[in-house]
Amino acid sequence: MSAVLSVSNLTKTFPSGDKFITVLSNISFELMAGDTCAIVGPSGSGKTTLLGLSAGLDDPSAGTIVLCGHHLGDLSEDDRASVRNQHVGFVFQTFRLIPTLTALENVMVPGELRGKKNVRQIALDLLDRVGLADRSHHYPAQLSGGEQQRVGLARAFVNRPSILFADEPTGNLDAETGDAVIELLFDLNRTAGTTLVLVTHDMELAPRAGRLLRLKGGQIVSDSALEDPVRSLQPLSTEVD
Amino acid sequence: MAPWYLKFAWRDSRGSRRRMLLYLSSMILGVAALVSINSFGNNLRNAIDREAETLLGADLSFESSRPFPEEIEFVIDSLGGLQSRRISFSSMAYFERTDDVRLSTVRAQEPGFPYYGAIETDPPSAASTFLTGNNALVDATLMSQFAAEVGDSIRIGTLTYQIAGKLIQTPRETAAIMLFSPRIYIPLEHLDRTLLEAGSRADYEVYFRFPEGRDADAIVENLRPRLREAQVRTDTVEEEKEGWDRSLTNLYRFLSLVGFMSLLLGSLGVASSVHVYVRQRIGTVAVLRCFGSRTWPTFSVYLIQAVGMGVIGAVLGSLLGFAIQASLPLVLGDFLPVSVDFALSWSAVWLGSGIGLGVTVLFALLPLLVVKDVSPLVALRADLEADVRGQKSPLWWLVVVTIGLSVTLFAIMQSPSPKIGIGYSMSLVIVFGALVLVAKTLIRILKNHPPTKLSYVSRQGIANLHRPHNQTLIMTLALGVGTFLIATMLLSQHSLLQQMSLVAEGDRPNLVFFDIQSGQVDGVEEELRKRQLPVLDRVPIVSMRISSINGTTISAMRADTTRNLTWAHRREYRSSYREGLTDSEVLISGVMDPRVDPDTLEFIPVSIENDIAEMLDVSIGDRISFDVQGFEMDTRITSIRTVDWQRMQTNFYFVFPLGVLEDAPQFNVVLSRTDTALESAAAQTAIVRRFPNVSAIDISLVMNVFDEIFSRIAFIVRFMALFTIITGLIVLSGAVLISRFQRIEESVLLKTIGASKSQVLRIMLVEYIALGILAATSGIILALGGGWALSRFVFEIDFVIPTLQLIGLVFFEVFMTLTIGLLNSRGVYAKKPLEVLRAEV
Repeated sequence: MSAVLSVSNLTKTFPSGDKFITVLSNISFELMAGDTCAIVGPSGSGKTTLLGLSAGLDDPSAGTIVLCGHHLGDLSEDDRASVRNQHVGFVFQTFRLIPTLTALENVMVPGELRGKKNVRQIALDLLDRVGLADRSHHYPAQLSGGEQQRVGLARAFVNRPSILFADEPTGNLDAETGDAVIELLFDLNRTAGTTLVLVTHDMELAPRAGRLLRLKGGQIVSDSALEDPVRSLQPLSTEVD
Repeated sequence: MAPWYLKFAWRDSRGSRRRMLLYLSSMILGVAALVSINSFGNNLRNAIDREAETLLGADLSFESSRPFPEEIEFVIDSLGGLQSRRISFSSMAYFERTDDVRLSTVRAQEPGFPYYGAIETDPPSAASTFLTGNNALVDATLMSQFAAEVGDSIRIGTLTYQIAGKLIQTPRETAAIMLFSPRIYIPLEHLDRTLLEAGSRADYEVYFRFPEGRDADAIVENLRPRLREAQVRTDTVEEEKEGWDRSLTNLYRFLSLVGFMSLLLGSLGVASSVHVYVRQRIGTVAVLRCFGSRTWPTFSVYLIQAVGMGVIGAVLGSLLGFAIQASLPLVLGDFLPVSVDFALSWSAVWLGSGIGLGVTVLFALLPLLVVKDVSPLVALRADLEADVRGQKSPLWWLVVVTIGLSVTLFAIMQSPSPKIGIGYSMSLVIVFGALVLVAKTLIRILKNHPPTKLSYVSRQGIANLHRPHNQTLIMTLALGVGTFLIATMLLSQHSLLQQMSLVAEGDRPNLVFFDIQSGQVDGVEEELRKRQLPVLDRVPIVSMRISSINGTTISAMRADTTRNLTWAHRREYRSSYREGLTDSEVLISGVMDPRVDPDTLEFIPVSIENDIAEMLDVSIGDRISFDVQGFEMDTRITSIRTVDWQRMQTNFYFVFPLGVLEDAPQFNVVLSRTDTALESAAAQTAIVRRFPNVSAIDISLVMNVFDEIFSRIAFIVRFMALFTIITGLIVLSGAVLISRFQRIEESVLLKTIGASKSQVLRIMLVEYIALGILAATSGIILALGGGWALSRFVFEIDFVIPTLQLIGLVFFEVFMTLTIGLLNSRGVYAKKPLEVLRAEV
């Protein structure tokens, strides 16, 4: 079975004045279809940078990323966009719903970008799945934070992605609403057989992923796939802010 | 199926459509200006085509500044058709009942003319009945000035006429032309012929109407050499039409260029709004990119919105332009020879809306190009939104160059020559560039040297001018251009008027009597002395034309296509003779002979003015032969003078020594000075009563006429400038609304930390007052530069600043800015903190 996401020797540096700051250094890991992976670490450890690079949102300074069989380094920005449209779903911390579109239209966006048929029906079904069938014509401003994130989940799954990147999906929600959203996320993920990459600070959420990558100073300091996942979590609770 | 970006463009515009309309309104006004002016121009051209014959009132006219010579009379006879003669000249009109005099243009005509169209009078029947006896038609404005009534008596020369009616409209003359010199029509049969004695200036005219089928232009073409030789000017319907067409086309093209300026400002306003609009859409763009939207389709979403906005703006602008067109005849009526229909010109609509759409989209492209550079990463990192900046990519430069070329191309299309079009574009760059420079400098001064001694409220208000997302610059530009136009006009008008009053200051002459026959000079001087008025100068004047230069006749020069024949070669010169220089002249080379005996000389020495010597391309030693009313006189240039023309005194291009022209047909000018208008009027009346052929003019009359003409031109300029000012105010409305949320947040924050509603309101007051002052000051600073340059280099006069009027202009703009600003900020300062915090602004 081939990997859905394969990251090797990934390095990312940013210029800062006369110097370069290394945000990620020599990162390597692989995820297979249906894997769930949580990336944890303190602020500034490079979690979101790793997520963005893995999804082809940015160019690495060194290393290779293979996403659903595509070597991202060989592709132009527009070609990477096509790969994302075909294979990738996103869930954002700040929901990132388009304020001028209704809940239904927001969910339809990725499908319409692909030129998918029946996208309206698929979107309606997904809204039904997330419990918002009756709110489909509401605008984001008319929805609560939890409802907005559920619309975000429906949008992420509308193209039946091979891999889903979720950046702090409960970061802007209270605990109760966050739990409900996470239940939904894992449920949808399980049903669709999607690979899930989750960046989170939530120490209750992280262990639900099958694999845990812990970052610190731009490097993987532990990978549960390579060691005992329970032990690897021990120091994390004190580092996370 | 429609591509996704088309659907998305429509959906994404939700909630912004009304705001987009506001952004658009600045451009709508520009399109309206273009459509209305061009539509009016097309209708004007149609009216001129339709009424071409009435413009001349005949099929053909001959005109000469002296009675037609015998050979031309033969030609006139041989041409046949219907013929009507007219003689036009300047003369004093004396209103007997009110004892007033006024220099007027008298037209003595035979029945028949005009053959096409009509002289419009009140009562209408007077247009034909005045020819039946000693009757006159008098310019309606002149009659109301002197409270004259139909039935009153008016004296021209030695004859008295009864006023048969008021002149409303005549062929070949507009209301503006009549302002220069009021018209009086009398029957030729009842003309006092002593007014036409040798030396007096008059135009002899004959008008022809031919049977259908005779081509007046072909007739003129055949006769041209003979007519030219006899210095007879001709005019046909076609030539008259072309003449009007040319001058009116220039007028409406000028207006169109001012309208275009308003469109450019409007488009800058649109671009500025699009810039803010795009900033608000960066998050959406990033999400689209995350979910796999490619660069150009994403860009297309916003381009489609811009094009859609442009199309709506073009349609609304065309509709508004059609309505505005109705007002143009009111603005321009004084300058038009025909009445213009109110009809829609589709070509003007296509031109106006096409250019409006094109310019708007081009200007909108500049901020839109940012969309291309939005990274999908922004969706993950909201903090990156602020870093998204449009890069000056090759595409950006391509758009800038396209804008420059389009503007220049349009200017060339609208200008009489490519040179003027390019000049216009360059001037636009200079005016816009200078305004931006002035505005930026003022903003920088405010930023770097904040008025620390002012209260917190004032400091905060002023600081708002350079806050992020401010629209101060575009506002200053839009309002500044309008101010610049109005202020430049104001400055020029004042400098010229001031100069005119200066020329008659001190002991300088301010009252001129002319057309005085040699035998009347002593009598005129006697009348002046009787009234204790000084005789400051008496000058003889002899009319002449150049017949040859260094042996080459003017006709031969005309035939030689390599020679550049100017008006200096063709014109009639009024020359004088005296012993030496006057105090307005300086000899720059040669020697002036005080007196000569022509019998002993082969050539008569003559002094020439420097500028005319350059135009004629002659210098000392060159020979010029003059035709002095039928007598040939050979002269040689022996001196060159410079002349200060800005004096109310007689100045001449050619001055002869004593002993040569004394016996030539001539008239005289006597200069005097009065301290009051009453004295001046009394002296004019007394002299005209005694010498009816003598005419008089005083400086106050010249100034009044000038002021009147300038005011009417200024009215047109103000009307056009209004477009740019309103554009500025619309841009302000847009700017205030765009930043409304930011303002509400700030207002709430201030209130949360203890500011009162009145303090928040006062901060806004200070901001809008400062903005108004900034915009008006920028425009005025530039106008001071422009006005100074015009005075110094074009008018060559002293520069005068009408401080009060300029302050008035600043107050007007501050008031307008404040009103518009506060109207659009309604409710911002009244928001309660809790209400806003709950709404999660």
